[in-house]
Amino acid sequence: MRFVFKTSYDTDIRLFKHRAQATWYALLLLLVLATPLYFVAIGDAYLLGEITGVLILAIAGMGLMLLTGHTGLPSLGHATFMALGCYLNINFLGAGVPWLIAFPLSGLIAGVLGTMIALPVLRLHGVYLALATLAMSILTGDFVVIAEPWTGGIAGAAVPDINIFGIEINRYSTPYKFYYLVLFVAILLVWFYRNLLRTPTGRSFTAIRDSEISARAMGINLTRTKATSFFLSATAAGLAGALFGHSAGYVTNETFDLVMSITLLLMIVIGGLGFIHGAFFGAIVVGIIPVAIANGRSFLATTFDVNINVPGLESALFALILVGFILFEPMGLYGRWLKIRTYFELFPFYRKDMFKRQKSYLKTDRVQ
Amino acid sequence: MSLLEIDNVTLRFGGLVAVDAVSLTVNEGEVFALVGPNGAGKSTIFNMISRFYDPAEGSIRFDGHDLLQSTADQVPGFGIARTFQNIELFEQASVLQNLLVGRHRHRKTGLLSNIVFSPNAYREEVRHREAVEEVIDFLNLQAYRDKMIGGLPYGVRKVVELGRALASEPKLLLLDEPASGLSVEETQDMAFWIEDIQTQMGISVMMVEHDMGLVSAVSGRVMALSDGKELATGTAAEVQSHPAVIEAYLGTGEISKTGTSRA
Repeated sequence: MRFVFKTSYDTDIRLFKHRAQATWYALLLLLVLATPLYFVAIGDAYLLGEITGVLILAIAGMGLMLLTGHTGLPSLGHATFMALGCYLNINFLGAGVPWLIAFPLSGLIAGVLGTMIALPVLRLHGVYLALATLAMSILTGDFVVIAEPWTGGIAGAAVPDINIFGIEINRYSTPYKFYYLVLFVAILLVWFYRNLLRTPTGRSFTAIRDSEISARAMGINLTRTKATSFFLSATAAGLAGALFGHSAGYVTNETFDLVMSITLLLMIVIGGLGFIHGAFFGAIVVGIIPVAIANGRSFLATTFDVNINVPGLESALFALILVGFILFEPMGLYGRWLKIRTYFELFPFYRKDMFKRQKSYLKTDRVQ
Repeated sequence: MSLLEIDNVTLRFGGLVAVDAVSLTVNEGEVFALVGPNGAGKSTIFNMISRFYDPAEGSIRFDGHDLLQSTADQVPGFGIARTFQNIELFEQASVLQNLLVGRHRHRKTGLLSNIVFSPNAYREEVRHREAVEEVIDFLNLQAYRDKMIGGLPYGVRKVVELGRALASEPKLLLLDEPASGLSVEETQDMAFWIEDIQTQMGISVMMVEHDMGLVSAVSGRVMALSDGKELATGTAAEVQSHPAVIEAYLGTGEISKTGTSRA
């Protein structure tokens, strides 16, 4: 068992609770920084591209996590904000704006537009908000087609390469640079996110999640705070969308579809609602499943000569996993990890109901 | 000097008159109690002060502000803090975080400085934590500081809610049934705290309470309500012996012949 003796307010304020934790995260950072070395050694960067994809999903996931996991507002429309960020980025780059300006700008504008779209629906709660954002998600593809001059419509649009002070970055020709760029954005956003959670802004978000009436009685302006959360969330999704465009190289009206929105929500539920870690764990699961299915398929085909070609297998598997998590581990993968860690930290004093919740996460979960 | 002035306030829910032309004042440094049977309109008055409900008529003034011109989230800024009858804490957060939310009205840093955790944000954070530690010390919550609300017993939650209200450093504290569900010892603690809040911190207290022992122990003036109407105002003893109050609680003594058929 470890005891943290609190001798100053900094103990609670600083990012890492104790030295061991800081060491583990330093090791993790070293690991992710050194990952490309392995792919350089084997000379095949295909899997690194997949890892970069996971990081991009995690960035979008962090955006949704802030909104759903920390502010308690479900959204089934985050692919829309990704699309906004992606197409804004393409158009800025096409107009000759340097990437270093175009990228953050497209995220911010996606955030502002997202908030403007969201303001009328922010008065809705729980399942109604989910439905309104779902409608938004369904419309996204059509809007991409309508806005053909900017989006290329059904034919799609090619995403220009990234150019930072003369350094060309392309997913295929320079996968290592692209990986480091995405990693940098992800780490920066994690830092921002952590800062939010240890300051009044983040606390006002969680206050709204847990009790709106109480939040108001403490002087928190619901509409403004929810709009702020939506803005930050949509900005992160917009940034992820812009990176996703660079990663895909070519985007059409079907890229940011409803499935993407649902995948994002699924991701954060599997990862663990209300934890930054959850966005990353969820992204890893969502990133691994298609690869695992493909590998499993080829394994079955080559070893046992069994060919499984069921359309929609991935979606069915996703759905199955989601149902499994909601039933057996509502706190997600990170929650499971927390329980395992607590078990060993408190050994032998762990109790089964230590993580039991008295209230459900979203107000709509409650049986009225 | 009067801090809170409620003048001739009426609130209707459809055809039901929940509060009927009630006037009252809470003076500075006073403990004022509202008593009455269930459905008398006590909590409704609280919810009007908190601006969760809009009265149909009348005026509510606090410390020079017209509360009816303000929204619910502006009320704490004037210096009014409250607790709820059915505890409304932030369940997925620790005691410390709950109390820190109580400091929201003293927030000075904006979104940007929060995101980059500027030196200002850091200094503000330390200030908030100092203030919260004082409340933790006052209410003896040290043992629960880092515990999640979800795992705390009812009595402790009641104290945490009081602490969250105190953390905002209010001028007026609205306590909605502070002793409901508490044991005898816990109720006694609550009485001591309310006294200390009044005498040492100089905070005026307005409370709704059914426990007449607590009411007589701490409150200066008591108002009895029934069916949204004022029955009597005075000291606890005066109100308890007032015929209208006794009638509201115990009935008139005339037993209705048809009453027995009611289930």
